[in-house]
Amino acid sequence: MADLVLKGVEKAYGEVKVLSGIDLEIQKGELIVFVGPSGCGKSTLLRMIAGLEQITGGDFHIDGQRMNDVPPAQRGIAMVFQSYALYPHMTVRDNMAFALKLAGKSQAEIAAAVDKAAKMLQLTPYLDRLPKALSGGQRQRVAIGRAIVRAPKVYLFDEPLSNLDAALRVATRIEIAQLKEQMPDSTMIYVTHDQVEAMTLASRIVVLAGGGIAQVGTPLDLYERPENEFVAQFIGSPAMNLTPGEVVETGAETVVKLANGGMARSHVPTQPGDLGRTVNVGVRPEDLHETEGTPIFHGPVEITEALGEVTLLYLKPDGTAHPVIAKLPGIRPELRRQEVRLGADPAKVHLFAEGRSLLYR
Amino acid sequence: MHPALQAILVILGGVGGCVGYFYASNLILDKVLFPARGPQAGRNINRANLVRPWLFLAPALAALTLYLAYPVFATFWRSLLNQAGQFVGLANYAKMAHEPKFTEALGNNLLWLIVVPAAATGFGLLAAQLTDRIRWGNLAKSLIFMPMAISFVGASVIFKLIYDTREANLPQIGILNALWLKAEGGIGSVLILQLLPFALVVSLIAGFAYLGWLVLRPLWRRRDETAWIRVGRVIGAAVAVFLVIELASWAYGIATADLPYGQPQAWLQIPYWNNFFLMAVLIWIQTGFAMVILSAALRGVPEDTIEAAVLDGANPFQIFFRIKVPQIVGTIVVVWTTITITVLKVFDIVYAMTNGQWETQVLANYMYDKLFRAFDWGMGAAAAMVIMALVTPILVWNVWNARREMR
Repeated sequence: MADLVLKGVEKAYGEVKVLSGIDLEIQKGELIVFVGPSGCGKSTLLRMIAGLEQITGGDFHIDGQRMNDVPPAQRGIAMVFQSYALYPHMTVRDNMAFALKLAGKSQAEIAAAVDKAAKMLQLTPYLDRLPKALSGGQRQRVAIGRAIVRAPKVYLFDEPLSNLDAALRVATRIEIAQLKEQMPDSTMIYVTHDQVEAMTLASRIVVLAGGGIAQVGTPLDLYERPENEFVAQFIGSPAMNLTPGEVVETGAETVVKLANGGMARSHVPTQPGDLGRTVNVGVRPEDLHETEGTPIFHGPVEITEALGEVTLLYLKPDGTAHPVIAKLPGIRPELRRQEVRLGADPAKVHLFAEGRSLLYR
Repeated sequence: MHPALQAILVILGGVGGCVGYFYASNLILDKVLFPARGPQAGRNINRANLVRPWLFLAPALAALTLYLAYPVFATFWRSLLNQAGQFVGLANYAKMAHEPKFTEALGNNLLWLIVVPAAATGFGLLAAQLTDRIRWGNLAKSLIFMPMAISFVGASVIFKLIYDTREANLPQIGILNALWLKAEGGIGSVLILQLLPFALVVSLIAGFAYLGWLVLRPLWRRRDETAWIRVGRVIGAAVAVFLVIELASWAYGIATADLPYGQPQAWLQIPYWNNFFLMAVLIWIQTGFAMVILSAALRGVPEDTIEAAVLDGANPFQIFFRIKVPQIVGTIVVVWTTITITVLKVFDIVYAMTNGQWETQVLANYMYDKLFRAFDWGMGAAAAMVIMALVTPILVWNVWNARREMR
């Protein structure tokens, strides 16, 4: 049985619908990450699950119980805010104990829960400090501790790392992953705009775009088999190259003639009816390599960016609107202004028609 | 010349004079004293920047010295002289301490000091919170703020009309008596005029007792507090005990009172209680001030902390008292002390409504009496010094708090 179920959930502010038709089932113990460009409604969806925003349509269940109109505190959830939202006038101990005090737990129970969480998060030496006397990472841990002591069914994280500096962000990300491992039964929903966080933490990723769900799947699913052009370009950095072309051969292996003169072979199967169809060929920069055979892309390299382990090439083949980006291993700055011929493994070439992948139809 | 024209000329002259002073002095500094050219240009600019603040502050400093600092010392000296101008030491103070009118004024001031800031801040906080999220909240706020625009004397006149008394057979123009005469002594009157106030006072007693306990408790629970905070806690608890005793006597009075139904009351002539009728004027005025400041402070409370409290299961009262109020406690203290200072200086209201008769004297009006009615300059100056001695510590604390808030 699914732990969390969203059915046709929508959110409207007056006439304006910001989210609609959200269908999602989340199993117990999963770590779900909501990603999407800013303004896609990922935080709004999280706040609707938390109960901080009204759900204006559809149904939301936790453990089979309809939660649409249940007050936030009784939903069995706990949330970690981007700004930590610690109570500035309370010590770390009181911050963590607040919910339990309100719930009327005994002193001994509260002390035990707080001490346990503090130990788990290495906060024991700081229990009697005020939040202002803590560093950003410590504050974040207190915020997580405040969630842990309530032993909720579902943890909600709203961009918890975006206020931390880069090094601390990586460290805290790993801490969260370890935390998840210590509590395998707890369900977590995590909102971020950072792909790396999404790819590394998630058991499944929900990509939100345009007021709905673009795709749900494991991180590698999204990377290897994107359902649509949006997900294809959103996951992975730099983004996947998309070039228009025409199907010239169908079957288990499809051949597409590109507008820029290149030829692309793909393991995406097509039917005879697809012959002559206009499609977009998608190839990830890291899947392109130099080839002696028929290239997908060929043209002069305009810019090279040597990053050490890889070198990024920016090509501008004739007839393409956007530059094509290729990621070649090693240090290759000598390729600048050179003519290169790039090909790719047919298994890694994606085909899209009307924005949707031909794999899924 | 027509007085209005004169006023306009004065305004133009005053403002023009100020602008002219700043412009001209700045010009002289930059062009004549330390010109930004020649071999010393860089040094001159630095010097000019060092001098400039003093240049701009000079008029204010001069005026403050002349009209504020000097008079303090002059008044102190004055308070040591008798009517004939001979030095008498502290005789004026000693004489004043034995005057019943002075002790009455001191006692009344203390009563004002406890009631008005608390009531105005409390009502202001209540109004700020209640008007926060409703559509017509801003309208309500404007109405509550309106009395701030009325002078103390104007407000006193309004309230004098509210408290007005006529013979029983004449129509009452004072709203308080008009309402009072509606009560005929039946069960409804007892309910509204005795039972309800009794319940209110009893709940206030409970509230103050709890508050006093909260203030006092950390005294032996926490060992890390400084002596000053401990002294403050004892004083706070003492005030709470005083209030509880006072309110208990109220409750007893309300419960046992045999109210004179059907007789119009001269409200301002009922000793002790008339003080509260006077205080109502100041509370009415200051609530708006407290509301505006506290409303801004409440809006400054981070929304996230409130949402976190909602998720932690706090109800609206808990959110208000345990999340919002603790976060704006600094502002509450500033508002409280600011009103306290206004209260200590209260003069106009008492002067316009009772002139200190019927046991409503306050220090400022007592001082005025001595200075401008009895022409006893020494005594008047001594009274002024007493007021200043009372205001100064609160003022220092207020400024200290306000500066800390701004950081």
